[in-house]
Amino acid sequence: MPYLQIDHASKSFPSHTGEGEVCIFNDVTIKIEQGEFVTVIGHSGCGKSTLLNIIAGLDTASEGGVILEGKEVVGPGLDRMVVFQNFSLMPWMTVFENIALAVRSAYPDWSQTQVAAHVNKYIALVGLKGAETKRPTALSGGMKQRVGLARAFSIEPKVLLLDEPFAQIDALTRGVIQEELIQMWNASRNTVFMVTHDVDEAILLSDRILLMTNGPSARVGEIVEVSIPRPRSRESVIEHPHYYKIRNHVIHFLVRHAAHVGRGESGAGGSGDAPVLVQFS
Amino acid sequence: MSAETVVPEDPPVESETASSRSAGKPTKGRMMVGQAADSPWIITVFLAVVFLLGWHLATLRGAFDGTGLTEEQLQMMEFNGDIVRSPDGTYLWNPEKEKVKGIPGPLAVMEKAREELSDAFVIKGTNDHGIGYLVFYTVSRFGAGFLVASAVAVVLGVFLGLNKVLFKAVNPFIQILKPISPLAWMPLLLYTVKDPKWTAILVVFMAALWPTLATTAFGVNSLRKDYLHVAAILQLSWPKRLFKVILPGAAPTIVNGLRISFGSALVAVVPAEMLLGELGVGYLSWIEWNNLDISGVIFAILVVGCVGVILDSGFNKLAGLVTYQE
Repeated sequence: MPYLQIDHASKSFPSHTGEGEVCIFNDVTIKIEQGEFVTVIGHSGCGKSTLLNIIAGLDTASEGGVILEGKEVVGPGLDRMVVFQNFSLMPWMTVFENIALAVRSAYPDWSQTQVAAHVNKYIALVGLKGAETKRPTALSGGMKQRVGLARAFSIEPKVLLLDEPFAQIDALTRGVIQEELIQMWNASRNTVFMVTHDVDEAILLSDRILLMTNGPSARVGEIVEVSIPRPRSRESVIEHPHYYKIRNHVIHFLVRHAAHVGRGESGAGGSGDAPVLVQFS
Repeated sequence: MSAETVVPEDPPVESETASSRSAGKPTKGRMMVGQAADSPWIITVFLAVVFLLGWHLATLRGAFDGTGLTEEQLQMMEFNGDIVRSPDGTYLWNPEKEKVKGIPGPLAVMEKAREELSDAFVIKGTNDHGIGYLVFYTVSRFGAGFLVASAVAVVLGVFLGLNKVLFKAVNPFIQILKPISPLAWMPLLLYTVKDPKWTAILVVFMAALWPTLATTAFGVNSLRKDYLHVAAILQLSWPKRLFKVILPGAAPTIVNGLRISFGSALVAVVPAEMLLGELGVGYLSWIEWNNLDISGVIFAILVVGCVGVILDSGFNKLAGLVTYQE
């Protein structure tokens, strides 16, 4: 039994013409072990973010479901924290208050001083010392997402869900925060499910990359193992002989096969086929 | 360019000489060089002076000149009350009749204001309370109606905003009730509660209720889903969700609604007092009209304006505390 399993999940929306339904993804099964970092890449509209929201409990699958530690996931909870693409910090709260809101919810028995110490620890961890009393408006995109990461890590969730966390951050800052994320994750070793468009980001961070075919009726087409040993850094990964093999493979899939596989499978009616496992050695 | 560079050097020199000559007017030199553009209060003062001067000149009336009139004509005029004989035997315009002849000038209004303000806290009779009391009555009437209406509207608005179906069901009623002038309710309210005191407060209540209700429901309804998602993931209790996320998140919209309510309540309170005869600044304006004291009417209008400005700035200070920038 895997730690986190997305079990035969499908999602359909009523089509905008009002006739019938549009199937976003169909019969998706993903098994994730504890402490694993798994990334999903796919074109827009393949339902990556919907999948993440279903794991978070913010959305429900039309069929199938999510099992965490042998129990079915019903609704959102503190064991599955999301880092949002648009940060989703409360603009009326300071940096400290935003994180403290989460910490107080996760540890309701803690005293004020315990909460403050915990919050300050995570503020220091993301290098935001001195910005505790600032409001999100006064922060740059990179700093906002640092607060988002600090908030997510501070409640020590079983599963961390990253929804294109660095998409709105400039490329240089993105690299820095990616390495900060690696350091925090090395210390905490949460199970991570990330959704991204960025192939380099996926290779740098993940143990496995799931490639989704195009929607409608998207599914996991291939699973690529990132066979680059940790610890990784932006500089070291690109030196590794597998880096460009993996990168080329992923981009090939996205450009050539994503549409082809999806269409072929749905036409044949065999969308339940297991995804192809890709390993480099 | 050279002409422009000279300008900044000039003012200090001029103002220095000006202040050394007459210490009372140190800014005169600056104003003359044309810095009025970046100090708006100079323009404000200038406009006020022009307005007061124009008003004064337009309403100016010379002293009574009896030359060329026969003794009989003068006696007739005195008999009619147009003129009065002063102790030294000369005739003057009758000051009582002057009050209702044309529009009084600024000096007459100032005199009236001085008179009213000097016994602001004197109660001369049942319906003749000092201006201080009248302002107090109006402000408390306005405050009671506005605060109760705001509390009711925010609670109902949050409730409706959180329940989309209920909001859509109730919205037609709000849309019909919102544009009704609060004064239109007055006869019905007066008939129902049978007490002008409460009717006046209820008119203010009616004026302040609908804008806040509609905007609060809208603000809560259109609160960004992300904030609610965060609250759901963090498993916040309902009171916490309400006070830490929903209310602060919708606060800017709610404050906008309160601002509209505030204005409409302030507009409603004056005619409500006039029509109901409840003591207050609106009543003052009406009673001065009944007394044919036009200076008093103008004074009452100014008082209404001042009360509005003071309440409004207080409101803006409070609003600044709860709003945030996205």
